[in-house]
Amino acid sequence: MPAELKDLAQLREMALPIAGETMVNMGPQHPSTHGVLNFLLVTDGEVMHRAIPHVGYLHRGMEKLAEEVPYHGYMPFTDRLDYLAAMSANQGYAMAVEKLLGCGVPPRAEWLRLIACELNRIASHLVATGTMAMDLGAFTPFIHWLREREVINDLTEALCGSRLTYHYLRIGGVGYDLPAGFADRTLRWLDHFEPMIDEFDRLISHNEIFVARLANVSPIGAAMAIDYGLVGPNLRASGVDWDLRRDLAYSVYPECQFEVPLGRGYRGVVGDCYDRFVVRVLEIRESCRLLRQAFERLPEGEIQAKVGRKLKLPAGEAYARVEAPRGEMGFYLVSDGGESPYRLKVRTGSFSAMSIIEALSHGLMIADLVALIGSLDVIAPEVDR
Amino acid sequence: MWELVRTVAGQGPVPWYYGAAAALLSAGVLLGFASAFAGLASFVERRIAARMMSRVGPNRVGPQGLFQFMADGIKLITKEDLFPEGHDPILFRIAPYFVFAGMLGTFVALPFSARLIAADLNVGVLYVVAITSLVVVGIILGGWSSNSKWALFGGLRSAAQIVSYEIPVGMAILCVVLLTGGLSTQSIIAAQGGMPWNWFACHSPFAAMAFVVYLIAALAEGNRTPFDLPEAESELVAGYCTEYSGFRFVVFFFAEWANLWIMSAIATVCFLGGWRIPLVSVAETYAHGYWVALGCLVFAGKTLALVFVVIQVRWTLPRLRLDQMMAVCWKYLIPIAFVAVLGTMTWMVLLPWDSALGKALRGVVFLATLGLLGHLARRTVATYRADAAHYSRMAGQSLWYAPWRLP
Repeated sequence: MPAELKDLAQLREMALPIAGETMVNMGPQHPSTHGVLNFLLVTDGEVMHRAIPHVGYLHRGMEKLAEEVPYHGYMPFTDRLDYLAAMSANQGYAMAVEKLLGCGVPPRAEWLRLIACELNRIASHLVATGTMAMDLGAFTPFIHWLREREVINDLTEALCGSRLTYHYLRIGGVGYDLPAGFADRTLRWLDHFEPMIDEFDRLISHNEIFVARLANVSPIGAAMAIDYGLVGPNLRASGVDWDLRRDLAYSVYPECQFEVPLGRGYRGVVGDCYDRFVVRVLEIRESCRLLRQAFERLPEGEIQAKVGRKLKLPAGEAYARVEAPRGEMGFYLVSDGGESPYRLKVRTGSFSAMSIIEALSHGLMIADLVALIGSLDVIAPEVDR
Repeated sequence: MWELVRTVAGQGPVPWYYGAAAALLSAGVLLGFASAFAGLASFVERRIAARMMSRVGPNRVGPQGLFQFMADGIKLITKEDLFPEGHDPILFRIAPYFVFAGMLGTFVALPFSARLIAADLNVGVLYVVAITSLVVVGIILGGWSSNSKWALFGGLRSAAQIVSYEIPVGMAILCVVLLTGGLSTQSIIAAQGGMPWNWFACHSPFAAMAFVVYLIAALAEGNRTPFDLPEAESELVAGYCTEYSGFRFVVFFFAEWANLWIMSAIATVCFLGGWRIPLVSVAETYAHGYWVALGCLVFAGKTLALVFVVIQVRWTLPRLRLDQMMAVCWKYLIPIAFVAVLGTMTWMVLLPWDSALGKALRGVVFLATLGLLGHLARRTVATYRADAAHYSRMAGQSLWYAPWRLP
């Protein structure tokens, strides 16, 4: 049967409730559908029989837009792919263009990219774990994490003038060098922040109610995770040891020491919601380690390779992927030799994470669905693009 | 209040209009108190929450934002009164008043001090437990008549929750009734002593168990975190009051914050010695106006301390799931409450209140409680010191600021 795109009315018809069932519309204006997602829930009271995700509320035609703007000009658009982790999207696009262009990146710029991306990864995971606690009714941990994220925003503002959509990375380098005192400020914040992770653990990670809500809830086995194309922390929580930073060895990651945290069934079975939460908290710690190493080994030198102001890429195609906070983010770039891409396809982690929700939803309670969406760390602009 | 009527009317039969005037007067006073408390509690709760979250909180309207609740109230009252499509016209309008009546009716039997009580009913606590059930009627009606599935989920969750948790509340209060031999709230307080080891909470380990069971179950009855499932924001939007706006919405929230006082006051009456002043006998307290006033302060102090604990719990814990909430009630609280009732009865038979051994064991229970609280306080201070050290190293300034100051 050929795949077809169904609109909301067709989805509704597919899920017509039978006797004893109710159909409830969750979203797109629902407090815990991070952004604008819509689910059609077929429930029997509180117990769900089916949850059908309906995406597309935030579709902006990002891939089509790429065909209209020059290569340099598309970089700010990648910020909007995933507004919580714009640096990684910048890097993925820059790497795809550089691959096709065949230009290198100066070593200092590579290290600056690593610093920017890891700071951004921490900020993104802070929101992910914080909103997860908020979805389960605990507000305080979320606000504590936003407080720490505020410092990261201040740092990126000092670095590139923006707090959310950075446009810091450029094709062939980065936009700005470190401002004076940046390393010192960041390290001082890290000294404060690493103990704050312990405090967060005391406050929420080891809270018995929190654990009871997440442990053993909708576990995803390794095989199922691979089948559905889960990536990033969601994949690693299922016990699959796959991290592009280590396994693809892009940028200067191979020169750094860091661990890849895996889900081990910390309080329940491998791959449950609690594992996905813990993996993210552990990744925050690893990112802190990476940042410290980067500041120790940051070389002097150029921050931008020589690329023309008006780029004309040779005809051909390139695929570059990076480990974004929401998992593997791939940019498939086709050039026909013109001034803008012939075609750009973006592969994002949230989209595949959305597709697994329907398979997992049978028999969950409504409160569990909220925990599941939170634990998959789905973010609407990355789903729809 | 009856005492006052007697004083005015003298001996002999009391004319009906005296009774009516007394009822109106007490209704006015109680409504005024409940409104003032609910408003101030909402402000205090927001400021405490803000402090816990290192935010500022409301600080613009009036000194330190004290009048924020009035501004919010005026804003909500002047808002358009919206009715969802397909609502039940009568039930939708009447639902908030059930909640309101259930909440305000409770105040009738709640004492504030010796002699300061609207009506010292001889079935006091039974009346209190019974009339709080009116709240659940209002919540179910509100959820049903809104013609919204989210509101209906909230209403039905709350029905399951409040009806279940009334059992442990009733069992815990039963321990106190057994100890007192009466149901009147004033007689329960009079049966306790002024010193902490003479409170019913310290009477025996079983009474202490009943106190803890009561506190947990009261949180659930008042829809407070970790049992705020009926209005779970991240799951049900706003639960049973999703479709309400304007004044009707105010009434729901008014009841929620007034309920803070109610649950804490019942705990104070039943387990923490009520208005009893240390070293002053019940007869003396009744006899002198200044002791009555001091008793009022003692009662308010104990109640507000409990209110503070309840607020802190709300901003610390996540929320339970529906089945877990029911499991906590039926698998843990109710069996524990039964053990507490049986244990209290056994204790009463074996160790009379005034026997030397009974007194000694009360002291032991009190010291054990004190030790537990001391341990918690020490842990809190230790973690605070550690975090403050990290903070001052980063920011170059102290983490501490006085509670009444803004950060």
